[in-house]
Amino acid sequence: MKKLGKFYMLLVLLFLYVPIFVLIVFSFNETKSRSVFSGFTLDWYKRLFHNRIIISSLMNTIIIAVAASIISTVLGTFAAIGINSMRKVPKSVVMNITNMPIINPEIVTGVSLMLLFVFFAARMNLEFGFVTLLIAHITFDVPYVILNVMPKFNQMDPHIYEAAQDLGCSPFRAFRKVVLPEIMPGVVSGFLMSFTYSLDDFVVSYFTTGSTSQTLPITIYSMTRRKVSPEINALSTLIFIAVVIVLIVKNAIEKKAAKKSGMYKGDMA
Amino acid sequence: MKLKYFSAPYLVWMVVFILVPLLMIAYFAFTNDEGGLTIKYISDVGQYANIFVRSIWLALIATVICLVVAYPVAFILSRMDKHRQGTMLMIVMLPMWMNFLLRTYAWMTLLGNNGIINHLFGLIGLGPFKLINTSGAVVLGMVYNYLPFMILPLYSVMEKIDGSLFEAASDLGCSSGKTLWRVVVPLSMPGITSGVTMVFVPAISTFIISRMLGGGSNLLIGDLIEMQFLGNAYNPHLGAAISLVLMVIILVIMTVMNQFDPDDQVLM
Amino acid sequence: MKKLTALLGTALVGMSLLSGCASEVPEEADEEEEVSAAQTLTVSDPDYYTRFKGQNLSINVYNWGEYISTGADEGTLDVNGEFEKLTGIKVNYTNYATNEELYAKLKGGGAAYDVIIPSDYMISKMIKENLIQPLDFDNIPNFSYIMDNFRNMAYDPENAYTVPYTWGTVGIIYDTTMIDLDEEDIDWDLLWNEDYADQILMFDNPRDAFAIAELMEGFSLNTEDPKELEQAAFRLRQQKRIVQGYVMDEVFDKMGAGDALIAPYYAGDALTILEDNEDLNFVVPKSGTNLFIDAMCIPSSSRQKEAAEMYINFMCEPDIAYANIDYICYSTPHQAAYDMLDEEVRESPVSYPDSDFIADKTTVFVNLSDEANLKMQSLWTEMKSAEDENTNKWIAPVFLVACVFIMVFVLIRRHIKNKKDIF
Repeated sequence: MKKLGKFYMLLVLLFLYVPIFVLIVFSFNETKSRSVFSGFTLDWYKRLFHNRIIISSLMNTIIIAVAASIISTVLGTFAAIGINSMRKVPKSVVMNITNMPIINPEIVTGVSLMLLFVFFAARMNLEFGFVTLLIAHITFDVPYVILNVMPKFNQMDPHIYEAAQDLGCSPFRAFRKVVLPEIMPGVVSGFLMSFTYSLDDFVVSYFTTGSTSQTLPITIYSMTRRKVSPEINALSTLIFIAVVIVLIVKNAIEKKAAKKSGMYKGDMA
Repeated sequence: MKLKYFSAPYLVWMVVFILVPLLMIAYFAFTNDEGGLTIKYISDVGQYANIFVRSIWLALIATVICLVVAYPVAFILSRMDKHRQGTMLMIVMLPMWMNFLLRTYAWMTLLGNNGIINHLFGLIGLGPFKLINTSGAVVLGMVYNYLPFMILPLYSVMEKIDGSLFEAASDLGCSSGKTLWRVVVPLSMPGITSGVTMVFVPAISTFIISRMLGGGSNLLIGDLIEMQFLGNAYNPHLGAAISLVLMVIILVIMTVMNQFDPDDQVLM
Repeated sequence: MKKLTALLGTALVGMSLLSGCASEVPEEADEEEEVSAAQTLTVSDPDYYTRFKGQNLSINVYNWGEYISTGADEGTLDVNGEFEKLTGIKVNYTNYATNEELYAKLKGGGAAYDVIIPSDYMISKMIKENLIQPLDFDNIPNFSYIMDNFRNMAYDPENAYTVPYTWGTVGIIYDTTMIDLDEEDIDWDLLWNEDYADQILMFDNPRDAFAIAELMEGFSLNTEDPKELEQAAFRLRQQKRIVQGYVMDEVFDKMGAGDALIAPYYAGDALTILEDNEDLNFVVPKSGTNLFIDAMCIPSSSRQKEAAEMYINFMCEPDIAYANIDYICYSTPHQAAYDMLDEEVRESPVSYPDSDFIADKTTVFVNLSDEANLKMQSLWTEMKSAEDENTNKWIAPVFLVACVFIMVFVLIRRHIKNKKDIF
């Protein structure tokens, strides 16, 4: 039974990894062939680094992901504080609307925002591009922040904030000294989650992007629709390596933290 | 200052960028170019009933396959010893962190008539088989991309199941099959429902997977919507109408699924 | 404006002086750095190009994929890069795959583009809907290079809106190792040949796909008759069973890698593909084909009209026009670029078919009426969404309903049991 389980896991892992490893192997292929490996080269990596479009869309992606996740973390954290102190009915109404971008198919979110932006574009001199992308990313990021922060309030005594104020703290100080430390883990995981979602998003960006500010996933998409150059394999390899490094570091930090607090938690988002 | 005012900026944002856009979809679906009310576009959606059926069908197959494949994975993971669990989970989840376009592209190169799989078949004198541009390839793409979405919720539920329950079940005379059926499955129900929605919703609305692996002849709802807004058949009113119908379908399915979630929690 | 005309005067003089010189270095000392980088190309009048320097302008160029020399392959010119170096105007360069996609983006109204390169029929549609604006030809002196027979085309009779970029025909790319036919025998019916089932690719846009079906049926390529359109759609439906996939620029990859044996495509791209895979051949069927002209236009929503006109003028610089045409292999309407081409290319019947063939056997698309367009689009979607496998229509829905019922039944049963077990 144990052996069978191991064998099964191996099969699933093969299924998950073989396509990626094939991409990686062929990023070193001398010719453009995708089925015959004819010789080793690093040319595709060299060309990748000279590809202006890829480099600039990578920059755009990072800028948008950073900006969107920071703004949505701030917006979402304050929202969670506010929503938490609402009465039952308005609270459930707000939470239901907040859940919509998560539950709705991405394509519907993308299309709905596109319609909105087109409406604004016609009337307010708005151009599709960085601004629309940023707004769209914040819109689908905030719900994740709220959903990560909200549960932390359930673990918090609602009266300590008032107590702090009674003891002479200004509301802001009370918030900073009392509330913020309590909800910090939720804020951090909300930030990380929205950052990764922004980094990876294709569908919503596809509908809200304009003539400038292409993000990396959009560039990848247009690469797959043209004469495909093995540069795309090289790009996959680099992204894969980056992901592996990030996850290993993350795991190491978590293990350290777990050791410190005396218990091990193998959880990951 | 009252705490609830903290949410004011977000509430404005929510209304303008979540609520209003959704209302705009409804508005576009029920009006024509001149702004007059019409149900023409909604009724036109009926023409594409076969695309809806195909999308639901393929998404359903993909969801079932994901469930069948992911269930044992999640179970094995949850029964590993705690130290290896974290690492193993990371290994299983790692492909999900790659951009999904790249993952789908990988299958494109594997499945081609001259791709590696057919190349290997050729070496033993078989093939070439038609692999890419079939509905099978689309389902494969869905399973590959969304499998982690099924494993994760299943795992997080199963992890909480107390191992002594199994001993108790076998002490009380349950066979291992019966234990699975009577103990594990009912307890993992919340994981199943949220896993199913997390796979089904993106699968039914995808347009990338069908475009890259279906060769443009296996249209799904997502392709149809994309075509109306950015593709070969510009007609935002019809596109909005299709989106509206898609939203309703998903809402109905979610409500049905929610009925079986004992905790009645938000599906995430 | 006066200043501009004065500049243009010098531009014209400069052009006549400099044309033909290979590496003239313009005199301005302060521009030396930029110019030396662009030394390999000659521009007619550097003054004209440098007037927006330092203003931090940028223009958005929206072009077909693989439709400009990008410098990606060694020894080719990075056209956009050279333009940026020369003028200091940043180029945001993005791609589309079909005319219809371009139309949707423009019509949607969100994205602002400054230069686009649509085809003939789409140009007339855009003129009709006011999506593109008249050009100021004083800003495009290099228009003088455009051959006479590519001016005042039917899609733009006054030649107020467009500067032709390329032209070409549609033909069939096929694998000679698997298809043993004389070039003479190859006609559009090859795309319906059941012997090559699942090895055939087809255009993924309604206009080009319908054109081939219409050629097969002997209809006009610009037919608006609903009956004829339906007949053509029926043809396409028949073909669907043996079509491997509907593609646009994916054809480069699929044919290049040998994933398919037969594909209809544009002559220029076909020649590029042939360079990669020597087993392939390209034939323009003798029975007739579509002749297309792609021209540069400026959308009405452009905010940088003068810079856009500068870009168009730059694209018409002989060296640039030649670099592009040499890279993309399409046919050029640009006299100077044509003269620079190898004898072999100029004589090629694929790139430059003789005028009799063009006159007798090719048709240029014109914009169809809205009704005909709508009809074609709905027939196209219908064709694409039709079930390709000839299975019973009812199997899927019935099975689906059954599945749902079983699922619901099982879940309800378990739910009830579950409750019983707990309490």
